[in-house]
Amino acid sequence: MHEHDVIVVGAGGAGLRAAIAAQEAGADVAIVSKLHPVRSHTGAAEGGINAALRDADSWQDHAYDTMKGSDYLGDAPAVEALCQESPEEVIRLEHWGMPFSREDDGRVSQRPFGGLSFPRTTYAGAETGHQMLHTMYEQVVKRGITVYDEWHVMDLAVTDEDDPAERTCHGVVAYDIQSGEISGFRAENGVILATGGMGQVFDHTTNAVANTGDGVAMAYRAGVPMEDMEFIQFHPTTLPSTGVLISEGVRGEGGILYNSEGERFMFEHGYANNDGELASRDVVSRAELTEVNEGRGIEDEYVHLDMRHLGEERILDRLENILHLAEDFEGADGLTEPMPVKPGQHYAMGGIETNEFGETVIDGLYAAGECACASVHGANRLGGNALPELIVFGKRAGRHAAGEEMGEAEIETGRSGSWQPADYEFGVEVGETGGSGTAAADGGAVVSDAESVLGAAVDRAQERVDELLSRKGRNHAEIRSAVQETMTANVNVFREEGRLEETLADLREAREAYKDVAVSDPSRTFNTDLIHTIETRNILDLAEALTMGALAREEFRGAHWRKEHQERKDEDWLKHTLISWNDGEPELWYKPVVLEGENKTYEPKSRSY
Amino acid sequence: MSTQIPKQTEESSETEAETQPASKGEERRAEKRRRAAERREQRQEEEAEKAAADESTVELKVFRYDPQVEGKQEPRFDTFHVPFTKGMTVLDALMYARDTYDSSLTFRHSCRQAVCGSDAMFVNGGQKLACKTQISDLEEPVRVEPLPHAEVTKDLVVDMEHFYEQMEAVEPYFQTDEYPDGELEEQRQDRANREKIKMSTRCIWCGACMSSCNIAAGDNEYLGPAAINKAYRFAMDEREGEEMKQKRLEIIEQEHGVWRCQTQFSCTEVCPKDIPLTEHIQELKREAVKNNLKFW
Repeated sequence: MHEHDVIVVGAGGAGLRAAIAAQEAGADVAIVSKLHPVRSHTGAAEGGINAALRDADSWQDHAYDTMKGSDYLGDAPAVEALCQESPEEVIRLEHWGMPFSREDDGRVSQRPFGGLSFPRTTYAGAETGHQMLHTMYEQVVKRGITVYDEWHVMDLAVTDEDDPAERTCHGVVAYDIQSGEISGFRAENGVILATGGMGQVFDHTTNAVANTGDGVAMAYRAGVPMEDMEFIQFHPTTLPSTGVLISEGVRGEGGILYNSEGERFMFEHGYANNDGELASRDVVSRAELTEVNEGRGIEDEYVHLDMRHLGEERILDRLENILHLAEDFEGADGLTEPMPVKPGQHYAMGGIETNEFGETVIDGLYAAGECACASVHGANRLGGNALPELIVFGKRAGRHAAGEEMGEAEIETGRSGSWQPADYEFGVEVGETGGSGTAAADGGAVVSDAESVLGAAVDRAQERVDELLSRKGRNHAEIRSAVQETMTANVNVFREEGRLEETLADLREAREAYKDVAVSDPSRTFNTDLIHTIETRNILDLAEALTMGALAREEFRGAHWRKEHQERKDEDWLKHTLISWNDGEPELWYKPVVLEGENKTYEPKSRSY
Repeated sequence: MSTQIPKQTEESSETEAETQPASKGEERRAEKRRRAAERREQRQEEEAEKAAADESTVELKVFRYDPQVEGKQEPRFDTFHVPFTKGMTVLDALMYARDTYDSSLTFRHSCRQAVCGSDAMFVNGGQKLACKTQISDLEEPVRVEPLPHAEVTKDLVVDMEHFYEQMEAVEPYFQTDEYPDGELEEQRQDRANREKIKMSTRCIWCGACMSSCNIAAGDNEYLGPAAINKAYRFAMDEREGEEMKQKRLEIIEQEHGVWRCQTQFSCTEVCPKDIPLTEHIQELKREAVKNNLKFW
């Protein structure tokens, strides 16, 4: 068994920042990650970090833009924390040596991004995430923070009180990918989940193969509600054949979208008469697919993103990485031809329910970054707001977990405030299928002292691995692709009731199939078959919750579009969706959005760009 | 071993047939399952046929080794026939082979877009990132092996510990004593200096350079191109200041540092991010000489 004050799960931007903060606050901290830190998907972020750094800008304007972008489903205390603290965090990265792009006067460059009222997106070429990830890992090396890399966290060690709000998290159980050893990691003060995105729920995604939403699924099964799962961002500019991301920075610098008739459709077809290509991402993605559906797509699939007019010098200076990506992954030369692009799954606005300090309803369990939902992004995230989220909320969770006094949270978690149960009947059974086949522990244990809880969790994980390795059955890969296919076909940019229901049925079928899953590689050494099989269970749980939330939310808000419900319904739906695992019988409920900020209330307005 | 024939999941189709559908929905889904199973079977047959016909398929010869599994303890090559699709990369082909023929085929991969640096391999005798190497650019059969000059953990996975140790040996973190006064004040850096270090900051720690380097192969303590490049990234960054630069040059001038490099350019040739590694090493040598003359 390993023992530390704070255990951080995941080593991307949020995890590294959390670990640094916890250590600065005096904690003995360790990072446990299934990838070596520099392999984390933060490294693929391109565009930049929003921060109100300049005199003509203000955090209040940033907060206003973010709230509008969220379609009024962001919680003001979290949104304001993001906007207030992003500037100091960005400067801290600069002080840690991050190689930002520079202006002539030597200050860090900023550029326009979608949905922003000021060009406040700070960047390092079109490889901002790579530079940020490496800069923070350098700091982790400098500080000698312990990293258990290529350890896959399988489960949380949580007590089993009936009410999740009374449970305590004492650590995690992890599987050493190198050796096949299973070990408990005791966390004296807290566990911080920073496991990133869940893009592998879909098949056309900008996310990495490793982005399987492990942390969200683990927290969910341990009793933490998942919040606003139906809000998935489809990025408007991904390469059609691979899903590789083409940064919003291209449009920020002046790139233009054209349909097959050569029309600049964002303006010419009235999707965003003021901001055009720089409207919010949900708006641009819907516009592109509408063009394709109405027969003005190219090869019936995509549109063109043209940056040639920016000139070679500017492109090389600010967007060079885009040239490489378009060339290597689509065979397109961005200097001489327009690049084919279409919407692709990019980001989960929802995730583990937390307050503005990253605390979940379970004592000692935190979450930060994309896996968490504070909520900063509400129904739609603005471009350039993910990276500041990592550093601001990573830092906050790290400090809080290390025991620093941070005051009373304004955002409530769990069913503590004015929550309401959902009144929605799903036509299909959801949740645990029963039988031994599922083999996933629910995180509960019959004992409550830390060591026994951890020991029991280790035993359960060991049993699960032994069972998967010893029995005969089907391979997970087919089940995973079935989930990805139905999700991409039906729970996409445009959603309709019948197809969402169909998806729930498909997912039920996939769950049944998963009961027979087995790992055919018998090896204890680097058994990726085993890891992927465990991940597929997580994908299943998340896909189901996402679809349930999407079915029940009968309105059109932000990234969530419903054919039968073509308007935002503030009277009924100014509230967050929550789904509790409830020991295998998922329960849907709601809690109000917090629109009261420090000095003002954000009144919902109609959202146009 | 020759071409892998996909295994059927017979057990599962049998149990499905025994299930008594109770409701219309279940009936429909049972029917759908049955059709899916048929489709699967058909697809696998088609794939086997295609593979046999050897048209529009690509032949991969993949290194296999597992210290723990009987039959894999002796290194060997397995052959996989993978249906070729336009734009297919070596990584795509490996994933297809794993998901269709042999789920124990093991390799690191994550981002699929040449930024996580997980999937450097030895492809047709050269260090490549599998995710950005097009099958259409390669001669068949495509031979895929783990990175040379590293210990093989299993199949295409090598032990990266030594590489990480070398990276960490050069104090790979920004250090300065002089920060601007204001808390929200950034250090100034002129565009030319940022440009100067830009290429060096692109390193994704894939290890291709280290694997290609003859010197590193013969001298286990040699820092290697990636670590020296990391040192370059800081030594040339004017924000660190002169004093730090002296310290940086001392680090890279050590016995197993820059002077071991024999300018063979193999690292530069294989770098998937086009970092001019050899030039950076040469420049550090020049800086070190200049520096030594200064104190002479």
